[in-house]
Amino acid sequence: METGTIQEFQQSLSSLDTASTVVSADEFEAGIADVIETPAVGAELPFDDLSLSETPVTLDPSPAQLRGATTGVTGSRMGITSLGTVAVESREEGDEFVALYPERHVAVVRERDLEADLSDAFGWLRNEFEAGRQSFILATGPSSTGDMGALVQGVHGPEHVHIVIVRDNE
Amino acid sequence: MSESTKLDADRIRTLLETESAEIKENTRLFNAERYDAVEAVGAEAHEGYRDRAREIKEDAIERLPELIHQTRSAVEANGGTVYVADDAADANRYVSEVLDDEGADSVVKSKSMTTEEIDLNEALEANDVDVWETDLGEFVIQVAEEAPSHIVGPSLHKSREEITELFEREFDPDESLDSAQKLTAFAREYLGERIDDADVGITGANFVMAESGSIALVTNEGNARKCASIPDTHVAVAGIEKIIPSVAELEPFAELISRSATGQDIPQYLSLLTPPVDTPTIDFDREDEPAFGGGDAERDFHLVLIDNGRRAMRQDDELRETLYCIRCGACANSCANFQSVGGHAFGGETYTGGIATGWEAGIEGLDVAEEFNDLCTGCSRCVNACPVKIDIPWINTVVRDRINRGKDPGFDDLLVDGLVPDEEESGTPLRKRFFGNFETVAKLGSATAPVSNAVAGTGAARTAMESVLGIDARRDLPEFERTTLRDWAQARDTAVEDPMRRVALYPDLYTNYVQTERGKAAVRVLEALGCEVVVPDAGGSGRAPLSQGMIATAEEKAEGVAESLLPYLDAGYDVVVVEPSDLAMFQREYEKLLPAETHERIAEGSYEVMEFVYGLLENGAELDALPGGEGDGVAYHSHCQQRTLGLEEYTKIVLERLGYDVLTSDVECCGMAGSFGYKSEYYDLSVDVGQSLVDQFEPAADERTVVASGTSCMEQLDSLLAPGTRHPVELLDPVRR
Ligand code: SF4
Repeated sequence: METGTIQEFQQSLSSLDTASTVVSADEFEAGIADVIETPAVGAELPFDDLSLSETPVTLDPSPAQLRGATTGVTGSRMGITSLGTVAVESREEGDEFVALYPERHVAVVRERDLEADLSDAFGWLRNEFEAGRQSFILATGPSSTGDMGALVQGVHGPEHVHIVIVRDNE
Repeated sequence: MSESTKLDADRIRTLLETESAEIKENTRLFNAERYDAVEAVGAEAHEGYRDRAREIKEDAIERLPELIHQTRSAVEANGGTVYVADDAADANRYVSEVLDDEGADSVVKSKSMTTEEIDLNEALEANDVDVWETDLGEFVIQVAEEAPSHIVGPSLHKSREEITELFEREFDPDESLDSAQKLTAFAREYLGERIDDADVGITGANFVMAESGSIALVTNEGNARKCASIPDTHVAVAGIEKIIPSVAELEPFAELISRSATGQDIPQYLSLLTPPVDTPTIDFDREDEPAFGGGDAERDFHLVLIDNGRRAMRQDDELRETLYCIRCGACANSCANFQSVGGHAFGGETYTGGIATGWEAGIEGLDVAEEFNDLCTGCSRCVNACPVKIDIPWINTVVRDRINRGKDPGFDDLLVDGLVPDEEESGTPLRKRFFGNFETVAKLGSATAPVSNAVAGTGAARTAMESVLGIDARRDLPEFERTTLRDWAQARDTAVEDPMRRVALYPDLYTNYVQTERGKAAVRVLEALGCEVVVPDAGGSGRAPLSQGMIATAEEKAEGVAESLLPYLDAGYDVVVVEPSDLAMFQREYEKLLPAETHERIAEGSYEVMEFVYGLLENGAELDALPGGEGDGVAYHSHCQQRTLGLEEYTKIVLERLGYDVLTSDVECCGMAGSFGYKSEYYDLSVDVGQSLVDQFEPAADERTVVASGTSCMEQLDSLLAPGTRHPVELLDPVRR
């Protein structure tokens, strides 16, 4: 059974046509392998206890690998339960490119990092800004456009988004 | 008609034929989604965000010089550069210099109305720089060599088929681009290459945060993210009014902007960037090197803040509010005229829709604003749509007034009281004066009725009116009653013993001179519900002159109304108004025309007639005193200004309590809005707008009584649907028993 927060987050995601998977920290690497389509590139996660180094994801990719990748994996230090939003941070690891180029974006977010709504998310952002971390993209669902006469997903950004939620240790 | 009426009937007809279908579908969709999204978040929460957003903007514009200074310090501390450009030429020169310094010959842009405003693309192209718009809508417009027709959706007026034809012609692709998917895939591929190769990325900025030197960008496609992160150099171009103090103040705007624009709770991508960002640079020339090519290039950031008339707008008490605008386009989507003809009629060189008048008057001048300013009928439907509570109709009125004066420096709209159309004069001012002085026309018409009606109805008179005044001969004219409502009321003796309330029924021009029946019904209904009713000797509210941009005359009328009504208010009377556009004057516009205290007293003491009836019933008046509906059907069209004031429901509830089955219209506006529908050049547009109301009511009109609260709505419905539309209060009239 998932807790209320995770369930609610997943509900928001499904209304955005965004897939999600819940894993424990132990299942993390297998979980990533399950949801990516290779070739995959990634930005090393901003979490002490989780790493992509043992997954089939290429870190520090070359431009050719970036362009050729089907999946991009990034970690997100903040998610918004009510909206199904995740934060993409502009870091030296290149999260922005990894999240943007491949047609599939897999974002890893920890249960404890979920904020209830936009107002709480702004509380978090204000703290981050104060701490000197000041560039984030709040990404909600896949990229989309209605400019070509019908709603189409995957324009300049990913066509599919998959969120991996890492359950807190009980 | 006058030559200055550039938006002539032909041009409107052409747009109705070519662009209307797409514009209608898209703007109405956005508008409906906005209503749904606001309902989902809750009206109260939404109001809270609007109040807060407005407060932040008021404060930020007030403190603008200080915030510009703070922005500069913050951006420079981060390693970027700020340039404050006085005007378009200055901004374009600066951006060109940045490009020269970088040795750049290709630029990718994300959608930015501010760069449209300064014609940046043309300036760069003149220097042999390749410029590509990466927002798909903007790309379509660039390929088609057109101007945007909507602030949010620049290519909203184009169908998928038209885009297919355009792309196949311009790009000659290998396979046909006959679906939105294929078009999008093609554009992604095509623009993707250009983004990867570009030397410089140019974006706008929806907000600039002074404290940290950050910018916020709102997009759904992801192109702004690419333009800001892939080229090593990022230039952001924004009007100086986009500055807010810090990230803390961004919150209400993050809640409001997409909800108001497209009905989304949040955009796909809300980027908060504090450039130069930490994202590494990418070097596509070193394809196989790890770490994105392992480039050691520096990221470079320039923030170009543009004045271009804004500091002057800040000093201008009437235009200042325009600077609070966050460019969501909700005003355009809620505008019935915009829904029909879009921004290629209802817009200036850059901005489109309701608020475009304020922008174009401020950055381009009155002559540009004049080309489309008349399309605002003052219906006020945009007022509640606007997330920062800008009084858009008032800005349109002020600009109209300035245009009048600009054309005719001696223009003194007070001098023309008692006007009789003079054949020597011609052009718009004469017509403005005619409509603006409708009170005089009504007085004369009534005093000489029925002769005046007979004369006005002759073919010769109609031809003359069309050529001299531009009053379309296809419109029925109001017929004046010989006995005014006030005369009728005075001649009557009534005695309501021990009245529940005492009412001063305001005799608006139409109710007094034309639609006297609805006035009489109102008197009898109020009496039946236990009120003492008097009809005071009060003149026109000033609505007619105001809508012609004759503010001084409107002010004089307002003072007259205050003089006649205040003694009643002092004596404990409630003021009841039949015509919603006049009630809207009392509640809204009088704030601008009268001293604050006077406005408050009138606004607080006045009620719409059906609202008042509702209040009486709530306070113990007997429903049985009124004839019942017995299950009969009613098709009810409220009035635009009445809806803006939140008064639509009362009529519906009262009619339902009486046993009527009520169908309510859900279109924004009937398309007539006072004098607008009489003007020859707008006749087609007025009918087109009215058609959506007709479409809704026509299937029901055989079984239902059609009722409308406003005079002009009644006239529109009478002429487009079936004659015999009535005011709802007439259904309540005890004489119907
Ligand atoms: S005036 Fe208000 S509604 Fe219109 S675009 Fe600006 S912010 Fe949006």
